[in-house]
Amino acid sequence: METSRRNFLKISGVCALGLTALPVADVFGESDLPKAIKNPQALTGQHWAMVVDMKKCWEKGKEGCKDCILACHAVHNVPDIGSIKEEIKWIWTNHYENVFPGQENEYNVKNLEGRPFIALCNHCTNPPCVRVCPTQATFKRPEDGIVMMDFHRCIGCRYCMAGCPYGARSFNWRDPRPFIKTELNMRFPTRERGVVEKCNFCAERLAEGLLPACVEACKVGALSFGDLADPNSVVRKLLASHFTMRRKPELGTQPNVYYIV
Amino acid sequence: MLERALTGDKRYYRWLMFLLVLMGLGFASYLYQFNKGLTITGLSRDVSWGFYIAQFTFLVGVAASAVMVVLPYYLHNVKVFGKITILGEFLAIASVTMCLLFIIVDLGKPMRLLNVLLYPTPNSILFWDMVVLNGYLFLNLLIGWNVLEAERKGVHYPNWVKPLIYISIPWAVSIHTVTAFLYAGLPGRHYWLTAIMAARFLASAFASGPALLILLAFLVKKYTKFDPGKEAIDKLSQIITYAMIISLFFVGLEVFTAFYSNIPSHMEAIEYLFFGIHGHGRLVPFMWLFLILAIVALVLLINPNTRKQEKTLKIACLATFFSMWLEKGLGLVIAGFIPNPFNEVREYAPTIPELMIAIGVWATGFFVLTILYKIATSVKEETAPSI
Repeated sequence: METSRRNFLKISGVCALGLTALPVADVFGESDLPKAIKNPQALTGQHWAMVVDMKKCWEKGKEGCKDCILACHAVHNVPDIGSIKEEIKWIWTNHYENVFPGQENEYNVKNLEGRPFIALCNHCTNPPCVRVCPTQATFKRPEDGIVMMDFHRCIGCRYCMAGCPYGARSFNWRDPRPFIKTELNMRFPTRERGVVEKCNFCAERLAEGLLPACVEACKVGALSFGDLADPNSVVRKLLASHFTMRRKPELGTQPNVYYIV
Repeated sequence: MLERALTGDKRYYRWLMFLLVLMGLGFASYLYQFNKGLTITGLSRDVSWGFYIAQFTFLVGVAASAVMVVLPYYLHNVKVFGKITILGEFLAIASVTMCLLFIIVDLGKPMRLLNVLLYPTPNSILFWDMVVLNGYLFLNLLIGWNVLEAERKGVHYPNWVKPLIYISIPWAVSIHTVTAFLYAGLPGRHYWLTAIMAARFLASAFASGPALLILLAFLVKKYTKFDPGKEAIDKLSQIITYAMIISLFFVGLEVFTAFYSNIPSHMEAIEYLFFGIHGHGRLVPFMWLFLILAIVALVLLINPNTRKQEKTLKIACLATFFSMWLEKGLGLVIAGFIPNPFNEVREYAPTIPELMIAIGVWATGFFVLTILYKIATSVKEETAPSI
């Protein structure tokens, strides 16, 4: 068959047009029915937040206690790569002057020496990571404000890691599966290499009516979780009765993790 | 016109073979990275962008700098740039090609690249960077090719090219502005959080890009019968002089704001770069080399005698290109991550496979550039009036 350049272009144009048919069909085929039915026991809120009572943690907790970290990392199949360079962590501890840089002075640093501060994703009300993500692989849930990750959409550009002012995000530099040292939790996905991950406020547990794993694991009740939109919630009561701090409030991200010191 | 790339002397083929070998080595290293993950690089949880993204940022500047020949020629009718314009446009094509490759090799999940198109996200600067870079690539391909083809046929280029040329001028500015916005809009990265980031990027681009163009023009003159013209090189060297002065002035502005305000978070990255902090100073020698090269370039460029002499001008261009590469293609991206959000210093150095991949991308860029320049110079040689 003889074909000219013009004909070839015409046919490829029509083919390209055909490729757009599927998204169009999707738009018209949409229905209002929910895609999944919610568990009636699910914990629901409009504005989840956490209050970390460091005083309780230090005074009542055992020295070197890592219950919250171990519980979280086991539930979420977080690997233990064994190097600072490629470390993956959802919740961890660091010194006061590192968690609250710029707010340290010689004396408070000395008083707090050796005292661990708990750090995790702040689930910001204005999350910079969500603003910068080019594929919406990280997004803020409209119903309750949890900042989530879609591990299957992330292209691994790591723009969110540059955007996060709290160092809350970890990247899977290598295949993490051989490094999962806890018993595999079959109810939560493992990750592939090349995607970013972080704390998800245990969205998968809230959906089943369970509190976040770290909150549940803390025997001294240093971690409290609740709905800021509900004036009777445990977090609102704590915030009303205590002076609290947030990390880097000057950046306007509106963190939703509060600290009692 | 493509067939002109297929005929050349031995030296031409030897050069292409050399580049192909480097590309092969780079590709092999990339396969290694593709199989193992980005763990084979020196990147870490704390310095999560490094050599690849720094090269990308620097090369966006080289690509944007084509506007420094296109704008005077088409808007101000500076005739001396008539011959060199095509070299600028083809340099832009090669540079944008490298930019896109550097982004791809940096991705953790390259096979999901098209998610950027599948889920377009206007609030992400990276989305816009993808739009402007690809747009710029197509603009330069269309313009460069059509203008050259018209020249070969001895006719004026088609009228529809003219609006594209006008669009390409602000578009060139846009690619580097958007690239600066990738950095300048991030809370908590103090070294990048500066309103003059885009201005700094453009100034350093208009120094390093034309410097490379002058060096290429000298090579073209040496190895082909096409002479881009002494006047064009003179004019370009003036542009480099001003851009270099402005560029260093901007660096000085950053230093003043950081140190006179005495705000620790603003000073730390600069201190890390030039003196080292907490006992870490891996980039210190490179940053001092940047300063020395920049001063050498300025001395040679400002003095009209050395600027007009081919030999000293070449040294000035080399010094300009490498000093700007050190500042932007190395220091700027890495220092944005140091110290990290916890005020800890975790340093970064690229690994051998990482450098191999980078060299492979550069070789690919030069391969594209060689082919394009071969075509351009062949056409110029054919259409030149015989003396």
